[in-house]
Amino acid sequence: MRSLYRTLGRGLLRDIALVCLADAVVALAYGAISVSAGFEPWVPVLLSLAVFAGASQFLLTGILAAGGSVTAAVAAGLLVNARHLPFGLAVRDLLGTGLLGRLVGSHVMTDEAVAFALAEPDHRRRRAAYWTCGLGLFVVWNLAVMVGAAAGRAIENTDALGLDAAFPAVLLALVLPSLRDAGTRRAALIGIAIALATTPFLPTGLPVLLALFGVAAATVGRPSPSTSPGTP
Amino acid sequence: MIGGGSTTALLVGIAVLAAGTYAYRVAGPLLGDRFAPGPRAQHLVDTAAVVLLSALVATSALVAGHGWAGVARPVGVLVAGVLAWRKAPFVVVVVAAAAVTATLRLLGAP
Repeated sequence: MRSLYRTLGRGLLRDIALVCLADAVVALAYGAISVSAGFEPWVPVLLSLAVFAGASQFLLTGILAAGGSVTAAVAAGLLVNARHLPFGLAVRDLLGTGLLGRLVGSHVMTDEAVAFALAEPDHRRRRAAYWTCGLGLFVVWNLAVMVGAAAGRAIENTDALGLDAAFPAVLLALVLPSLRDAGTRRAALIGIAIALATTPFLPTGLPVLLALFGVAAATVGRPSPSTSPGTP
Repeated sequence: MIGGGSTTALLVGIAVLAAGTYAYRVAGPLLGDRFAPGPRAQHLVDTAAVVLLSALVATSALVAGHGWAGVARPVGVLVAGVLAWRKAPFVVVVVAAAAVTATLRLLGAP
């Protein structure tokens, strides 16, 4: 704990704690909304422990509550979660060399943990940020879903608190430093344009994956990173 | 049970989603050594992760379902973006996003 404190410093620990707090409120709402929609409390609790990916959990619960089939709901969830494949490639060296570390570290992989890790300058801090955010969110998220499911209808509308704006704001604050690199920024802007343009026509989750074409589009005709000066 | 299905169907569905999601997550960390990307490929993968996160920012800020997310949330995220660009503390950025959005909704913005 003390060495973690030394590695991350008070500022980063406080930032991660804030994200855990914001996600805890979202998780409370998730548990409550699921129970209000008619699910037994064990459904949101099991989903959170076993799947641990907020967007796909909301999607699955929403589709089932609207009368959709389990197959359609699972397919949508798998589509939304496919981004964890490239995430896993990006953070693979942060999970350590042991098998147990890789197996556990993979399960706690979230947008937030990946973003916190990639925002850090060196390997030690990346590793510490990934694990702190990943494990912290896993504990907080699951506890809050349990409380929300138990509280049921008492908690309803988190939109009134503006929390739906907190998630994009967290990710934006974390990716902005990476976007100061011109090549990355170009790829991101093309990717965003693709995602937004295809959103009205495609199933949820697919537009974000199509954003990956932004990487290809921005790389074509560019000098390789090893030959261009100034690449970190 | 909701959706007209049985509890068994729901349990199987949760198991499939959990297994599939875990497979996505563990593929890179487990197979990474055998197919260890060179520095150039790793740079591409890192860029890809940033692009995915950026697209998530844009869609979660601007989109609700298949329609646009109204005014309150995009403006809240925009304010957060300006603050982050000007290197405001992380706490300020996140709290500002929620506060601006909540205030606009209180004032009746969609």
